[in-house]
Amino acid sequence: MATSTVNQNATLASIIQQRREAILAEWLREMSGATRRSDLMKESELQAQCGQFLDLLARASETGTNAQTAAYEPLREMLMDTSHVRAQKGFTPRETAMFVFSIKRPLFTAIREAHSKDAVAMAEQMWSMTELLDSLGLYTTEAYLKSREEVIRRQQEDMLELSTPVVKLWEGILALPLIGTLDSARTQIVMESLLEAIVQTNSRVAIIDITGVPTVDTVVAQHLLKTVTAARLMGADCIISGVRPQIAQTIVHLGINLLDVTTKATLSDAFGLAMQRAGFSFVRSDKKESKRDN
Amino acid sequence: MERIPILRMGEYLLVTIQVDMHDRLAMTLQDDLTNRISETSAKGVLIDISSLEIVDSFIGRMLGNIASMSRVLDADTVVVGMRPAVAITLVELGMSLTGVRTALNVDAGMDLLRNSLDARKDALYGSRIH
Amino acid sequence: MAVVSTEATPVATESDIVAVRRLVRETAAKLGFSLVDQTKVVTAASELARNTLIHGNGGEMELITLNGPRVGLRLKFHDHGPGIRDIQLALRDGFTTGSGLGLGLGGAKRLVNEFEIDSQVGQGTTVTVTRWK
Repeated sequence: MATSTVNQNATLASIIQQRREAILAEWLREMSGATRRSDLMKESELQAQCGQFLDLLARASETGTNAQTAAYEPLREMLMDTSHVRAQKGFTPRETAMFVFSIKRPLFTAIREAHSKDAVAMAEQMWSMTELLDSLGLYTTEAYLKSREEVIRRQQEDMLELSTPVVKLWEGILALPLIGTLDSARTQIVMESLLEAIVQTNSRVAIIDITGVPTVDTVVAQHLLKTVTAARLMGADCIISGVRPQIAQTIVHLGINLLDVTTKATLSDAFGLAMQRAGFSFVRSDKKESKRDN
Repeated sequence: MERIPILRMGEYLLVTIQVDMHDRLAMTLQDDLTNRISETSAKGVLIDISSLEIVDSFIGRMLGNIASMSRVLDADTVVVGMRPAVAITLVELGMSLTGVRTALNVDAGMDLLRNSLDARKDALYGSRIH
Repeated sequence: MAVVSTEATPVATESDIVAVRRLVRETAAKLGFSLVDQTKVVTAASELARNTLIHGNGGEMELITLNGPRVGLRLKFHDHGPGIRDIQLALRDGFTTGSGLGLGLGGAKRLVNEFEIDSQVGQGTTVTVTRWK
């Protein structure tokens, strides 16, 4: 039995080698339907990929049709790369998987022609080929998802970093303009980077501006409160500015105690207070006066 | 026995906690400090905890106690240099050290103590002059 | 869940609390915890070790490193003390039988991701906490 399987697979390899050009041409034609994305990938590139796949498949199938074996390692690697590239280029998972599935018809045609006199061998070979291609197709989907997850994770990290710009307004005064929805993870990162910046810049006052925050729920309000308390423990004052009327209402309705926190309606009010606390005062210089002096 | 040194600088006492504190050491510091405040009639106490990697509820309580006790002995207390990670953890733990004054570093802490002492002197002598 | 390593250390004296903090800090740093997460888990360990010492008359801490699917640190504090009669009450902030602030158990719970307490009156208490990376 074992010998017959090997023989049959050897035939498969030879079928592919003998009819390589025919299979390739028909495969490309097969893909020219809905699954080919000439907008995303060049014809020549696709052709090269298909050729490489066929050659690797032919070589691997000499040892059997189990896609998990070491012989299929190069083929799996190639599919991993292909899926990765396609995920980045914007192919859908269906289009990516169809790359493998669309070879079925040309390959089956080739098998049928080669086994025209032996129906049993033909059926057996088609079955093992189906199993093999299915598992390779699923493998591309898995690889595709993995690279998409990687992309999403990286974007999330970028967003978290981008979304917490702590800016220095004046000697000893920091501001943290928050924009967008605050969730627990983001608030924690915001909190940590603000406190780190307070130490690094030796700032006595920090302004947290929430003008760009659409809603404040209990969790976010709690996080803000914790940040203010932590800053106070380190020896810095926090002012929360940009509290919009709806948010003020929400905070009161939620029963959150912001009595110990200094709040201001606008960033500029908060800045004025911060300057005062840091011991600075403003004097407006009159243009006419200064001209007369000169 | 191991002790945390207390330095005297004019009207102020300075403590820098640099070791990983076990509980008895914290209690000893509390005793030593209150004794020194009354011996020296110090007007302010500055405790630098910038080397502390954690402050748990026990150490937090000690800091609160020192602040309350020195207030009774007519001295201000300021705790300086708490690290961000320590502050976040302490808040999460549920301790906000409400009665304790804080500053970013020794410089800012000394400023705070001096200003507070000046204000107290003004309040005291200012009312007599007028 | 893959347990990578387990280590036990006694909690019998005050200096053991310091040793516990040091051991937990080193392990958390080795696992790649962020500074804030390190500080949180070390502080929780400090609170729980003190509980074990004061209320449980001493015991031991088991330190378990978890790896896969998630990296984490699990601490088991075990004592043969009098046990806790009302766990819900003991977890409440401000509740204390000793001279502390009563932030030990409840506070430690807020500093970790998973908290489990098993206590038999007259037999002892085991508190298990886990912090994920």
